Amino acid sequence: MSWLRAIGAWLEERLGLRDSIWPVMRHPVPSGARWWYVFGSATLTLFMVQVITGICLALVYVPAPDQAFQSLEYMNYDQYLGWLLRAIHYYAATGMVCMMFVHMTQVFLFGAFKYPRELTWLVGVGLLALTLFMGFSGQVLRWDQDAFWGLNVAASMAGRVPLIGPQVVNLLLGGPAVGAASLSRFFTLHVFIVPALLILLISVHLYLVLKKGISEPPVPGRPVDPKTYEAEYHKVIDKGEPFFPDAVWRDAIVSFVAVVVVVIVAAWLGPYGPRSIPDPTLIQANPRPDWYFLWMFALLALSPPEVETFIMLVFPAVLFGILIAFPFVAGKGERSWRRRPISVLLVIVVFISFVVLTYLGAVAPWSPEMEAWSSTPVPEKMIRWRDAQEPPQWHNVTPEQLQGAVVLQNKNCRDCHALDGKGGQRGPDLTDVATRLTRDQLIRQVIQGGGNMPAYGKQLKPAEVDALVDFLGTLHGGEAPAHSSAPASP
Amino acid sequence: MSQPVDPYEPPPPTSPERRRILQWCAIGLGTLASLILGIPILGYLLGTLINRQRDDWVDLGLVGKFPEKQTVLVNFDLPVLQPWDGDARKASAYVRHKDKTVFTDSAGKFDGGFVVFAVNCAHLGCPVSWFPSSGLFLCPCHGGVYYEDGLRASGPPPRGLYSYEVQFQRPGTPRQVVTPEEYQRMNEEERGTLVLQIKAGHVPTLHDPLRKGDKGDKA
Repeated sequence: MSWLRAIGAWLEERLGLRDSIWPVMRHPVPSGARWWYVFGSATLTLFMVQVITGICLALVYVPAPDQAFQSLEYMNYDQYLGWLLRAIHYYAATGMVCMMFVHMTQVFLFGAFKYPRELTWLVGVGLLALTLFMGFSGQVLRWDQDAFWGLNVAASMAGRVPLIGPQVVNLLLGGPAVGAASLSRFFTLHVFIVPALLILLISVHLYLVLKKGISEPPVPGRPVDPKTYEAEYHKVIDKGEPFFPDAVWRDAIVSFVAVVVVVIVAAWLGPYGPRSIPDPTLIQANPRPDWYFLWMFALLALSPPEVETFIMLVFPAVLFGILIAFPFVAGKGERSWRRRPISVLLVIVVFISFVVLTYLGAVAPWSPEMEAWSSTPVPEKMIRWRDAQEPPQWHNVTPEQLQGAVVLQNKNCRDCHALDGKGGQRGPDLTDVATRLTRDQLIRQVIQGGGNMPAYGKQLKPAEVDALVDFLGTLHGGEAPAHSSAPASP
Repeated sequence: MSQPVDPYEPPPPTSPERRRILQWCAIGLGTLASLILGIPILGYLLGTLINRQRDDWVDLGLVGKFPEKQTVLVNFDLPVLQPWDGDARKASAYVRHKDKTVFTDSAGKFDGGFVVFAVNCAHLGCPVSWFPSSGLFLCPCHGGVYYEDGLRASGPPPRGLYSYEVQFQRPGTPRQVVTPEEYQRMNEEERGTLVLQIKAGHVPTLHDPLRKGDKGDKA
């Protein structure tokens, strides 16, 4: 193998890597570094996976609306291992977002954003924003119904910007409506502009990490003081270990596991979508963002309409503002999470909110079930039932009550109201509505509506209202029906 | 001009004057080159704003095809954005033939007895579905509801459905726009042969509805 060594020596004489790279690889890191510090490199590894798989996808994908869907179907079914590449790209995106949030949480709880690493944190916030944009634009490139209508939703949000709304929409879509220019725009952003920005910011981020050193594990009772920190840190580093190989082996193992898990999950679950054809005339669409934006979808759906524009446009800026403020508001002082109860509380609240909002976004109880009126029948036990006699006798509702049940279905009430748990979740379940509302209250509610319910007064004939309320009056499930407290007139 | 410069000899000292002139020349030329390259590139990037595509009239079908007091979903093609738009060029609208005898809307503007709604919900743009049995439009995304006249019934939409500007043309070549007076004078059969048109092309948003000045009343 001496010829191999000869080639290495020839290259080393000209590249001089031993002088430049080797000291970096051997730079000292704090001895107690442990496994908590691996998530940044795991995020970076998955980013590299995305670049490689992204290049592979770009060899087949066509970013034009008349061919994008077909090129993705081709990738799924005709291109050799195309399905696997698509799946890896999707699940590595999920993995990268997860690893990024774990990394961010770890840095936050270890106080590693404090002096002198404030700029590293700020660059990291920029990386967060860019990565989330890559997630959104990646979904647009999938160019199915979710992507097409999702882009319309983004345009509607952008259109709410005061004064320059229409101009922002025009720039976002590359024209007056969603079309070829929109797809090209997002393709260019997703493939050229934002990856270049990501690589630039990652370089700055890594440079800062090397320059300022890996932060030492925080110790309660040893706060950060800018006047004395550098000297203290040098004392820690003098007793440190070289990054290669004494610390980086943990990063290597976790990155290895991350890549293997992503590939296995991708091979097992297969590619995601494209789902329905992005034909705007198929209006039975029900668009959803990818999972990492479901929390925002839920937050907007649950906000009062009056503050929605504020939440849409200002709230994300406020969130980023808070993230950017951390190194300035809490840049000194205790680093250990054991001495920072508010930070721990913040992380817990954010995590729980995220999980709950994501779950709600997935279930979306505020969305009417558009087919329930014709596909979910009235439970039979509300129309006819057997009593407890020997032998049991069958009972029916009266013909008028039966007509009321027909009105309940035909007027699309079931799209928002469930019976016996089946049907829409937007309004209350009506299974025992008669225990809550008297006949008069039922009539008022049906005719005048209120809140999220429209007024049905003009949509129903008086006879239909009577029949409907008659039927609803039977829905008290054996309990005592509601009655008004006002005494009956003598 | 003179003898070649010897790289091993120290260079002759430059006067501060000359240095300053060369410095400003470099900055000036650099700025000039940046502007000559940059301004056209910026113009290209903002091209969709500078060279705005206008809405255009689109045929929806013959007036006689739309029964009175019914809301019908029609498909049409948006004015061409780019030749490879594919399916993205398709669009839909709800045509409601309100009345065979009243030809103005509530504000007194001529509409030939028709109102044409965009499928985009006024809340965040999801496509709404028409339910003829209850006479309501329902939006699947956040449960916005509209009445048959487009007014907001309930839910998060901040206004009623967006409606298009309409006009009527006599078929044949060349096409002729029918004035409101001519329309009123025609009998029902003649009116049925006219072509219903809408001015379409851009996606409606809160500050950019389909018709100028359309504030979209809530119910």
